Amino acid sequence: MFAFILRRLLQAVVVMVAVAFIAFLLFQYVGDPVVFLLGQDAKPEDIRQLRSDLGLDQPFFVQFWHFLVNAVQGEFGLSLRQGAKVSRLIAERFPATLELAFVAAFLALAIGIPMGVYAALRRGTVMSQVFMTLSLLGVSLPTFLIGILLILVFAVHLGWFPSFGRGETVQLGWWTTGLLKAKGWHHITLPAITLAIFQLTLIMRLVRAEMLEVLRTDYVKFARARGLSDRAIHFGHALKNTLVPVMTITGLQLGGLIAFAIITETVFQWPGMGLLFIQAVTFADIPVMAAYLCLIALIFVVINLVVDLLYFAVDPRLRVGGGRGH
Amino acid sequence: MGMKSALVCAAAIAALAGAPALHAKTFRWSSASDIPTLDIHSQNNALGNGVHAAIYDSLVYYNSQTFKPEPQLATSWREITPTQVRFTLRPGVKFSDGSPLTADDVVFSITRAMSKSSNYQVYTQGIDRVVKVSDDTVDFLMKGPNPVLLNQLTELRIMSKAWAEKNRSVDPKDIRTKDETFAHRNALGTGQFTVKEWQPDQRLVLVKNPNYWGRTDSNVTEIVYTPIKSEATRVAALLSGEVDFILDPSPQDLARLRSSQALKVIDGVENRTIFFGMDQSRDELPGSSVKGKNPLKDLRVRKALYQSIDSDSLHRVTMRGLSQPTGTIVAPQVAGWTEAVHKRLPYDPDGAKKLLAEAGYPQGFEVDFACPNNRYINDEEICQAVTAMWSRIGVRAKLRTLPLVTYFPMIQRYEASIYMLGWGVPTFDSLYSLQSLTRTVGQGGDGNYNVGRYSNQRMDYVVDRIKVETDLPVRNRLLTEGLQLSNDTVSHIPLHNQIIPWAMKKTIDATHRADNRLDWRLIKVN
Repeated sequence: MFAFILRRLLQAVVVMVAVAFIAFLLFQYVGDPVVFLLGQDAKPEDIRQLRSDLGLDQPFFVQFWHFLVNAVQGEFGLSLRQGAKVSRLIAERFPATLELAFVAAFLALAIGIPMGVYAALRRGTVMSQVFMTLSLLGVSLPTFLIGILLILVFAVHLGWFPSFGRGETVQLGWWTTGLLKAKGWHHITLPAITLAIFQLTLIMRLVRAEMLEVLRTDYVKFARARGLSDRAIHFGHALKNTLVPVMTITGLQLGGLIAFAIITETVFQWPGMGLLFIQAVTFADIPVMAAYLCLIALIFVVINLVVDLLYFAVDPRLRVGGGRGH
Repeated sequence: MGMKSALVCAAAIAALAGAPALHAKTFRWSSASDIPTLDIHSQNNALGNGVHAAIYDSLVYYNSQTFKPEPQLATSWREITPTQVRFTLRPGVKFSDGSPLTADDVVFSITRAMSKSSNYQVYTQGIDRVVKVSDDTVDFLMKGPNPVLLNQLTELRIMSKAWAEKNRSVDPKDIRTKDETFAHRNALGTGQFTVKEWQPDQRLVLVKNPNYWGRTDSNVTEIVYTPIKSEATRVAALLSGEVDFILDPSPQDLARLRSSQALKVIDGVENRTIFFGMDQSRDELPGSSVKGKNPLKDLRVRKALYQSIDSDSLHRVTMRGLSQPTGTIVAPQVAGWTEAVHKRLPYDPDGAKKLLAEAGYPQGFEVDFACPNNRYINDEEICQAVTAMWSRIGVRAKLRTLPLVTYFPMIQRYEASIYMLGWGVPTFDSLYSLQSLTRTVGQGGDGNYNVGRYSNQRMDYVVDRIKVETDLPVRNRLLTEGLQLSNDTVSHIPLHNQIIPWAMKKTIDATHRADNRLDWRLIKVN
């Protein structure tokens, strides 16, 4: 068990360094922030001076080493665009993204699972056909289009929801939340739906497929033979077993929601990390981009690690094999 | 009777007390990006400068109609010698915390703008130092005669010395250091508004400064700025009424905005000119089919490229009317501009072909052509259209478009043979353009964006004379001569001046400004 965790951790470190390296490599080609910083009238000698002051003229590996050393200490320097500490910027934006991701995940589960169950149990009915068609639409429509459509209908035409921003937030220590006020819920609705739609259809299709699979298994047949009610079989036995893979996928998708909220955040001017990242890209704000990518990689690595450990806890076969299986 | 007058009295008092509340007006506006900082001497950014002007005053500021500098914190000025100008400060001006403005604050602020970590040195060029004469008088000492001093001063805002010292913000925020300064997120000026809240990329809230010295036509008591990056969302926010004004509506939405009952769009010429530059320095252009010589060094070739561009069709089709075709490198509001230099060479593809043949390229040639794709209005589309126009005279331009973060460093490394550039003139004076774009590359801003490395002795002479000429009529003649010389030698191929639309609710009164910034003294919410 201990060796397993240790090996996993080691792998995680390797992955992190690799991501940091690739991220840093990319930024060498993104562009030069110096022209932005100095404006269009800058003299060539000032540009050279600033480049050397910022260390941008040093060899790649020297820059990368400085970056790594600082990154390990959680220090990503100053945002070139905003002049604020990157760590502070990310800490300010993280709550917004996390809340959006969780509300979206909740929506996806709360709607996706019942729809999937329904589509499996009432296979062939008109309603489940409609669900399946809608889900195809949900998977294939690009996020920005969904977002813009929602804005057009619910913000511009109906005027029910605001088209941008997070509304007012409440400060809870270092955490800011919009979820304690009606206005905050008002603001989060459209972006959360936008972000949830893809996950929702994914979960629905997954639940349906798994459920159909489980309903064909022997223990369901035996349960029927024992004369249990449909209700008990479907929800007591079948659904429980269906949800194991759904939980795994949801866990992994949560990482995806946090990481790929970029488009939704841009469309709705949601002040989260995705928006921070996309604006950093426009300005070649290297410290922010690097920090963001590392953080996202870290989130994925941690989630994967947790999922692995959970398997370990859930599945006794892995323990017997000394953690080598899987 | 007593009862009646008491009632009238009470009503009057109620009306007076209620008056400010009745007139409390919030102005909500949006554009694509946020200001980089509140520190007025840190980053020279157009949007930031416009917002700073709501919070901080400068000694003089442009009149939004005439674009002549007029008194703001200074009431008058006079030349003592050609290199010494004395400014008298407005009496009774207070910072928003109630402390009085003194000559010390002016000396401190200008010196701060001249410091190493400031990007406002472009506006302090030529200033040697500022000295206090008395509590309400300061002298500007120049390195030489400086005819654009007043124009420069419009962008040099004044902050409180005591406040900066107390909050350890004596030096402008330096992007090289690890920590932010207090002045980056906080402000104390003498302007119409004070900062209530700034959450970068989310919201900037300004409220009326209770100690403001001046009277304005504006009835706005609160300004809420929200950057919205996505064009569609920005327009949606205006359509749904969540914002009152957007600075940069996307061209494809304009028709819809104009047709809306509740909205209006006002257009104005920006003082930014879009043109092409050409490498006139290398002996052989990389990526060109012409070996051993540089065709762009030949005036006939440059003229041919110019005359084969159908500026009418660019104006009509590509720009959908949002451009003012021009024959020179500055816009009409800029000193030195005349009707004569504005006139384009006629569109003449046949003549262009003949010129090419005369220059020795009857079959045309291949050339590298670079454009930004997210900097100017329809930049990429313009370049595509021009590529097609050039192909009709046999010039095969190999177009590559890049995002601005890679485009500008690339052209500054002189890697482009033909490139697009847009040039705005914050000083409203042609020297700014002639010096940067057409003077031979040298020291102190000479030719700093002369990326084609155009070099002309007469031009250098003219530019150097303009720098120190203080006799206005003579100077203006020289400015025009410089522009004419640039036209005659086709130093650049001018395309058009950008026309900038602003979209807002019908209830908003705003005056369009050529520098694309709001004049806070003139905004009204009805």
